[in-house]
Amino acid sequence: MTKHAATKHTARLRIRRGTADEPQPRYQEFTLPFEAGTTVLDALIAIRRQQDPSLAIRYSCINANVCKECLIAIDGVVDYACTTRLRDDKVMTLEPLPGKPLLRDLVTETRPRRERLK
Amino acid sequence: MTDLATDVLIVGAGGAGMYAAIAAARAGAGHVLLADKSLIGRGGATIMAQMTVAAALGEECPDDWQSHLEDTLAAGRSLCDENLAGLLCRDAPARIREMAEWRVGWARRDNGRIAQVSAPGHSRPRCCYVDFLNTGPAVAATLRRQIGQIGAIHRVSNLTVTDLLVREGEAVGAVAVDIAEGEPVTIAAKAIIIATGGLTRIYQRNSASVNMGGDGYALALAAGAALVDMEFVQFFPIGHLAPRLVGMDPIMWDPFRYKLGGRLLDREGREFLADYGSDESTGYTTPRDIATYAIQKEVAAGRGSLHGGVYLSFTHMPRQALEAAFGPVIERLAKNGIDLGRTPVEVAPIAHYHMGGIGVDARMASSVPGLFAAGEAAGGANGANRLSGNAIPEALVFGEVAGRSAALFAAKRPMPALSGGAAEIVEQIRSLAEGRNGDVAACELLDELRQIMWRDVGPFRNAAGLARATGRIEEMRTALPKLSLPAGRRFNPALADWFELRGSLIAASAVAHAAAARIESRGAHQREDYPDSHPTWARSQRVTMSAEGRITLGPPQ
Repeated sequence: MTKHAATKHTARLRIRRGTADEPQPRYQEFTLPFEAGTTVLDALIAIRRQQDPSLAIRYSCINANVCKECLIAIDGVVDYACTTRLRDDKVMTLEPLPGKPLLRDLVTETRPRRERLK
Repeated sequence: MTDLATDVLIVGAGGAGMYAAIAAARAGAGHVLLADKSLIGRGGATIMAQMTVAAALGEECPDDWQSHLEDTLAAGRSLCDENLAGLLCRDAPARIREMAEWRVGWARRDNGRIAQVSAPGHSRPRCCYVDFLNTGPAVAATLRRQIGQIGAIHRVSNLTVTDLLVREGEAVGAVAVDIAEGEPVTIAAKAIIIATGGLTRIYQRNSASVNMGGDGYALALAAGAALVDMEFVQFFPIGHLAPRLVGMDPIMWDPFRYKLGGRLLDREGREFLADYGSDESTGYTTPRDIATYAIQKEVAAGRGSLHGGVYLSFTHMPRQALEAAFGPVIERLAKNGIDLGRTPVEVAPIAHYHMGGIGVDARMASSVPGLFAAGEAAGGANGANRLSGNAIPEALVFGEVAGRSAALFAAKRPMPALSGGAAEIVEQIRSLAEGRNGDVAACELLDELRQIMWRDVGPFRNAAGLARATGRIEEMRTALPKLSLPAGRRFNPALADWFELRGSLIAASAVAHAAAARIESRGAHQREDYPDSHPTWARSQRVTMSAEGRITLGPPQ
């Protein structure tokens, strides 16, 4: 029962910001320390708490991967933020789901049409 | 701005809310509005449930609902509302069989009977499940499909109800914010059901979805309703602690214990439950409150695991037994670097369920006419400690009763006019969306609140910690108007944070005040300074809130 060394790594996340009203896509880079095993969703929650509360993300069940709400594009590949681990060997680019109307930052309109007000 | 009107407004679309919608429509409600902060049927607790569901189906051996009730009352440590607990146990079999008709694939024996396993606190095998670890997702998907087929049910996702409207003491509607657009919405309603689940999200270690910050309790208190048993938060004893595990609910180890037993070990590899009066020689039998107590005591005595819990070991089991019981789950664990055949995992208590909630009668009516509650949001059925497997039956059974009762109430009432307070609340939403300058953001305070609740209002409590918690919670409530808030309407997460914090602080205050007043230990409420139970405290406490927002305690009425 030896303890895994809690090695500190550094993640660099390049995140698409803003709403669809902005003429050009805008990216912002965040840097944060992490321990092995940390996920992209963990990092996004930590950024909101420690660096920028305005960062918009969509999630519900946190890390159980049952709500399926945290689907985004990670380095161009659609995947769940809650099950993708951070890496420290390169900048990771996070973007909203392609092909869905953008609401803000990483949040797209994924509600079924019949679950919207308008 | 959008102005809506509905016969029955349901706040929260987990298992209880979705079932309430079905029942309201069945009982004749022509327009049912089902709203959730999250997406319909994807947030809340139901979808997180992996196993199990208790119902006296009698598939494995003779059983009856009175026996289920006896077990529920015993687990509740003399505090259950017997009418509510009886309702839960009596109607659970019908709801579970109905789920089977609606194609929930309950695990079955070779003879076709629904499999029912033993769980701690049950006098016989009574708990059914969907393999593998799929009970909640299966129930949630089935309910989503059912509500989609009913024309009277109108669903709205990402709609956060911020305030209930009350006129002459009766519930008349609500104000909400459409988070997607940042726009206020008014809703006139003939009847309202709160089905927002519990409050475990206000604890640092929790197994909750993000929409379970206790807002339903705050809405009910502000509307004038009474809450009961708020001091009783269930800490699930063996929530996953280490190594880091993703893609699975932290509660996932219980099913392994149901099927395979497993051993809880201290730092030295010694089994310790027997030291706390729990003999596990015949299998997994330790109730949740006792296991949580034992683990916390081991950790406090310096005998805990490396990350501050204890070890759960299946290394004595043959590999084939592990694979037979959990097939694909074993591979998911391997992806997380966990090999149960070789090494134990670390587990520790985690906030899991709230026994307390909105005080209701057997029709699920609160003390405010027109306001109903269902599921975990309703209090009383589970007393001081919930029996394992009772949460999903509670969601479905109470959802059914609440939906029916609300529809009947609505049928006798014209559409109410909104109260004068609506305009003020709409103005507040608009003002918040314009942004505010301040030193601290709501999400930072939410984080601090979770730490305070874990440390001072957690599995072990004392007078000094509870006083510290209530003091700081009140300071944070005072700070609400001065928090920083970035401007923006469309999906502004800080706007959602602000309302979440406001609700969570009220719910937290109710828990802390009730815990401070109960100077004994009982079930999930453990006081270091009052370690024994006292017969004089075999009664519930009632929590109300004054117009100025002050939390007040009293005996039940």
